Amino acid sequence: MTEAVASAGYPTWGARYVWGGFWDALHAEWTKLRTLASTWWLLLAAAALTVVVSAAVAAAYRCSPGAGGGCTPAATGADPAKISLTGVYLGQVIVALLAVLAVGGEYGTGMIRVTLAATPRRLTVLAAKTVVVTGWALVAGLASVAGSLLAGRLILPGHGLSAANGYVVPSLANGTDLRAFGGSVLYLVLIAVLALGVTTAVRDSAVAIGLVLGLLYLFTIVAGVIPNKDLSRHLEQIAPMTTGLYIQATEGVAALPLAPWQGLGVLALWAAGALLLGAAVLRLRDA
Amino acid sequence: MTVMTPPYRSELSSGRDGFGQLLHAEWTKFRTVRGWIIGLVIGLIAMAGLGLITAGGAQSSCQGQGGSARSGAACMPSFPLGPAGEPVNDSFYFVHQPLTGDGTITVRVTSMTGLLPSANAQPGSAGPASTGDTRPGLYPWAKAGIIIKENLNQGSAYAAMMVAADNGVRMQWNYTGDTPGQPGAVGPANPRWLRLTRSGDVITGYESADGTHWTQVGAVTLSGLPSAVQVGLFAASPQYTVKSQAFAGTGTIGLGPTQVTAVFDHVSGVGDAWTGADIGRPEDYPGFGDYHQAGGRFTVTGTGDIAPIPEGHGGDADSALTVSEFLVGTFAGLIALGVVAALFITAEYRRNLIRVTFAASPRRGRVLAAKAVVVAAVSFVVGVLGAAAGVLLGTAIAHARGYYVFPVSGATEVKVIIGTGLFAAVAAVLALAIGAIVRRGAAAVAIVIVAIAVPIFLAISAALPLGAADWVLRVTPAAGIALQQAYTQYGQVAGVIYSPLSGYYPLSWWAGLLVMCAWAAAALAGAAYLLRRRDA
Repeated sequence: MTEAVASAGYPTWGARYVWGGFWDALHAEWTKLRTLASTWWLLLAAAALTVVVSAAVAAAYRCSPGAGGGCTPAATGADPAKISLTGVYLGQVIVALLAVLAVGGEYGTGMIRVTLAATPRRLTVLAAKTVVVTGWALVAGLASVAGSLLAGRLILPGHGLSAANGYVVPSLANGTDLRAFGGSVLYLVLIAVLALGVTTAVRDSAVAIGLVLGLLYLFTIVAGVIPNKDLSRHLEQIAPMTTGLYIQATEGVAALPLAPWQGLGVLALWAAGALLLGAAVLRLRDA
Repeated sequence: MTVMTPPYRSELSSGRDGFGQLLHAEWTKFRTVRGWIIGLVIGLIAMAGLGLITAGGAQSSCQGQGGSARSGAACMPSFPLGPAGEPVNDSFYFVHQPLTGDGTITVRVTSMTGLLPSANAQPGSAGPASTGDTRPGLYPWAKAGIIIKENLNQGSAYAAMMVAADNGVRMQWNYTGDTPGQPGAVGPANPRWLRLTRSGDVITGYESADGTHWTQVGAVTLSGLPSAVQVGLFAASPQYTVKSQAFAGTGTIGLGPTQVTAVFDHVSGVGDAWTGADIGRPEDYPGFGDYHQAGGRFTVTGTGDIAPIPEGHGGDADSALTVSEFLVGTFAGLIALGVVAALFITAEYRRNLIRVTFAASPRRGRVLAAKAVVVAAVSFVVGVLGAAAGVLLGTAIAHARGYYVFPVSGATEVKVIIGTGLFAAVAAVLALAIGAIVRRGAAAVAIVIVAIAVPIFLAISAALPLGAADWVLRVTPAAGIALQQAYTQYGQVAGVIYSPLSGYYPLSWWAGLLVMCAWAAAALAGAAYLLRRRDA
């Protein structure tokens, strides 16, 4: 008898608080996301925008020889993998928007009160949302990056970045390219988590997307233009987009302020921080 | 007996529904939302602040003569200034004599040969004359010809007729002026005749292939040219630079001076008392130039250039600050303004205020127009204030700290400041139209940032290869950034990468404005159509 009462009472913190009824919450979140038309459109838009921009940049590339002459890697410094992945700069906006709307949409319509009435364990709701959005971003990322890889493989060799000139044609068969392309998928997933956390904290879609994109682009611009080299380098070691995209580098890796995986780690810290902030706000504030 | 009661009429006079009232209503809505005013202030602070951080935080280091490390203001270049106040290169070998009053000089150029740094030369080598580490060859913009120059000081007014190694006959004057004549290289089989005639302030340049049939290349007025000037033969060959176009490291590497040797004969119209002078040779540099006269034949050897120094030119000019750098905050300001402008209409949908608005003013197109006028006016003011603060305060701060700011004329400053206002205004109208089309705040903000801010980011952050960066600033709404063009591209100066990264945009200011307005007009038309067609 006493045992039954104890298990029926809601724990207010700890692992059981989060995971209690997790599968039901996950199922609910999946249903909510899947039945929105915008989710599918955004998935399509993310992949299309990334691939189109990557292909356009690859097609616009012109080998312009530098000091040594010729189109060799030493003369141009060009990085075929990074060029193939340029579309990620834009695709991430759609991925972030998808994550923002998954939370912000509920606050906009008042749906969040129904959700929290149905699943009073708030961290469970957040965990379920994170898993669903992460999965969706993973799908979007895989589609975007696979398309970009294909575009790079098909287009770049015709624009001077060919194996004959000494370049590595983008391929998953070699380790650095696998890191660049696979890492870009992880990058997009982390951007989604970051956006999810920020939106849970500010609870308004428009403000959240503005904040997330400002954080990504503005931080990078500020770090780039600060004419003080030491300060600039320090900022480039913490700016989420700059560091996160170090993972795309296959040329000149040694000259980067951080190693590629360290860079992605910095973005992961940002994402974790945003998610923690979101969890705290969700837990402590009335909906 | 029936009682006729008159139909009821309100005793209140009917309200006016002119555009002025609508404008007043929209302005009231705008100014009374605290978040939007805060957004504008953030935009203004970001716009001016980033530029001021650039001006206030600049730190440069360089190697002094003898390898001692220097930093800060000690690295700042001091360029000679041309007649219009622009920084110029003015160093060449000049075989000259005085000319008083009007006169003419005629020569024939029969050959041009030269020296380049050898293929394995290291950056910063002292040059062909001193090291001997050279190979024969002509730099494409090596120049030789005749010149009429105000005096022997650097930066003084001049007009010249010349042959440029790969760029044919040209008339150039006062550093920035450049008119092409006959193309083709010079050699013993195809000599070039050149003539300069001074008549008052007007100097006319002619060329000829045979010395009898003359073609006028150009006539220029050098106002205020004194009666006594210097006239003579010159030779100049610029620094050898190669372009390094890696993604983040786009720039030029100087590989040392080059040298040109030109042979002249049939010199006529002037006396015989010639003097040779190395114009603009630094005191601690060996002279690279020389001349020999044998009979009527002059062999003149020279190094240097007579040309404007564009912003972004390699070497010393790299450590200079630029007005473009003080405007980098525009990017941040546009994000803030775009968000506010988009929310100005999406918030009405969110709160259902749009129904009240349309009930009060059923002409929906006019509501959109009134909103556009309000956001455009507000954004124009923010843009002008932000740019003025960035440019004027930034320049003042940099000067106060002893830094060199690449000079621009007052007219250019005004053009850039007003241009930033227009850029912001059109961007805000575009953002409003996008908001009216998608009706959702988050989607509108994302589209606005992708359409306006991300292209600028991609172009100026070296994320794109050069060609792609130029195309992004030609076709996207971010083309309006051409309104901020502060410096001029000079086709006659080699060794400069005219890229968005160094503040050179691919469109002229009016073309950029046109592209951006086309986007805004299309979006506004789409928004007006959808507003009429859809239920609110």
